[in-house]
Amino acid sequence: MTFAIEAKDLVRVFKPPRKLIKRKRSSTGENEWKEGPVTALDHVSIQIAEGELFGLLGPNGAGKTTLIKILCTLLLPTTGQAWVAGHEVTRDVFPIREKINMVSGGETSGYGLLTTRENVWMFSQFYGVPSKVAKERIDELLHTFGLWEKRDAKVRTLSSGQRQKMNMIRGFVTDPEILFLDEPTLGLDVNASRVTRDYVMQWVRKRTGKTVLLTTHYMMEADEMCDRIAVIDHGKILACDSPENLKRRIRKDTTFRLEVDALKSTSIFGGIVGIKNFSAKNDIGKNTTNLTFILEDEAAVADILSTIQGQGSKVHYLQKSEPTLEDVFISMVGRGLE
Amino acid sequence: MSVGTPAVPSGLSHRLRLNLKAVVGRAYPRVIGANREPSWVFFEAVLPLLGIAAYVFIYQALANRVLLDPALTEAQRAATIAGTNALIGGVVLGGTMTAFWLNVLWSMASQLYWEKEIGNLQLYMMAPMSRMALLGGMAVGGMFMTSVRAMTTLVVGVVVFSVILQVTNPFLVLAVFFVTLIALYGMGMALASLYLLWGREAWHLSALLEEPIYFASGFNFPAGGFARMGGWGRAVLTFATFIPATVGLDAMRQMIFPGAFSLPIDAFGVKFTPEIELGILLVLAVVFLLLARYALAYLETLARREGRLTSRHQ
Repeated sequence: MTFAIEAKDLVRVFKPPRKLIKRKRSSTGENEWKEGPVTALDHVSIQIAEGELFGLLGPNGAGKTTLIKILCTLLLPTTGQAWVAGHEVTRDVFPIREKINMVSGGETSGYGLLTTRENVWMFSQFYGVPSKVAKERIDELLHTFGLWEKRDAKVRTLSSGQRQKMNMIRGFVTDPEILFLDEPTLGLDVNASRVTRDYVMQWVRKRTGKTVLLTTHYMMEADEMCDRIAVIDHGKILACDSPENLKRRIRKDTTFRLEVDALKSTSIFGGIVGIKNFSAKNDIGKNTTNLTFILEDEAAVADILSTIQGQGSKVHYLQKSEPTLEDVFISMVGRGLE
Repeated sequence: MSVGTPAVPSGLSHRLRLNLKAVVGRAYPRVIGANREPSWVFFEAVLPLLGIAAYVFIYQALANRVLLDPALTEAQRAATIAGTNALIGGVVLGGTMTAFWLNVLWSMASQLYWEKEIGNLQLYMMAPMSRMALLGGMAVGGMFMTSVRAMTTLVVGVVVFSVILQVTNPFLVLAVFFVTLIALYGMGMALASLYLLWGREAWHLSALLEEPIYFASGFNFPAGGFARMGGWGRAVLTFATFIPATVGLDAMRQMIFPGAFSLPIDAFGVKFTPEIELGILLVLAVVFLLLARYALAYLETLARREGRLTSRHQ
């Protein structure tokens, strides 16, 4: 089977800039680091089939963007190998670049003086798209993404959401074989996110040979869109499977959600037997703490409740629920995405 | 989407087409976008005339003092008027070339750094076009945009200051002008990669280069005058010979104002004729373009290795 994307044992280590290396001769005569090297990717291996919508889930600093940059030929791996559209990323950069595109959330690319249409057209020319074809595609995509009325507006007058829609159009206008979407719905309102998700899913499913690698902070988005998801943290792939199979992994565990008066500390739950993992999120507006527990043993609920009461906090609600993708993530990473 | 794409073709003609499209695409914002801000007419065509006017008034005042001498013969009077016309015309020509030099410094050399800051550079680096096509597009757009401005300054300057042009060889003048532009923008392309490496210091370097180059390249007086000043004058002239504007301006001055005060560059024991200067400009153009190509290739390798140069805020 040929893969659209394949990575084997990818490692990427970022050395700190020279100025952060403390030139101090220690007793061993070696340089000391003020800031140590960071391993952004730690032996990452993935295989993404042609026609797949693949998700990459991980907290900030997990290594998602580093992986995308290596696959987009913007960064070299320290060790390991990767292939995109059958080409090796360190050597065959130009054939890869002709077949890919990337859209990142919160991008500010383009020139404020140009109109939406002109900006997208300009980027299409860097991929050699015939001008007539590019203009037809741009008009079609402007309609699809609800940006038609802003087609002749200067980019500097667009809101951040409209700019993000323009970025999405920029990604699709070159009709790439493989599209990298890094938090594509960041800054979009509910409707625009819906349209974007639907369009991406349709694009992959209804057209042959199209592949998408998506990173997102929104679990629902990953759950809804992706054929398979890889959970990544500290540069390591912790799991890689379909959303259903991932959820099935923790189905034997029990998920409890609680809302309680704001807790001063949540580390106290660490010592309770029967808790596999948990996450806590403070709601400053409501002065409450939202807790999610993945329990190996339901009996732990009693200890959790008494610990909460011991802190003088009141339980507002307690709910036992079906595991979601977020629960899978908490179970593996030990914290939520936000 | 209803419009599909055929399989990606390969080969020389495909790459040529792709890179030509990229040049046009990148030139577009400069050609179209810049003229959407009509304020440039005031800032870049009218204001430079004030600087030109200052030198014109000085040259006119000096000439008037000479012309007041009753002992002056008709021939000396005519030579003084012709010489003054050559000096004033040279200043207008220098003012015209200043527009290009500023464009090279602020919109070519520092452009990659600027593109990085606004988030475009990463997208450019990811595109399949040649990096030289990217810089080429910037240069073509910059030349076009600046030509409109420079022509405005030239025409207004010639009319307002009553400059008499005596073009001896129009084809050679045009050749020198275009090769000077290619060499100048080639220099800007080469500097672009260096500026990106230096990051924020790039702005200081542009500021640092601006005024000394005006001086050394003779934007407001014949650079050949340095050769008659002994040691330091020759040192300045030798340095300035590597700036395409110096040689280009000198050649154009010689051909448009063949007057007594044109003072052609006389360096290394050779009097620089326009033909020799065209040759020097051709060599400079090739050297700068090659330098730009290799500097950019080195920069891209470094960017991919270190992961910092092309990404915003890094």
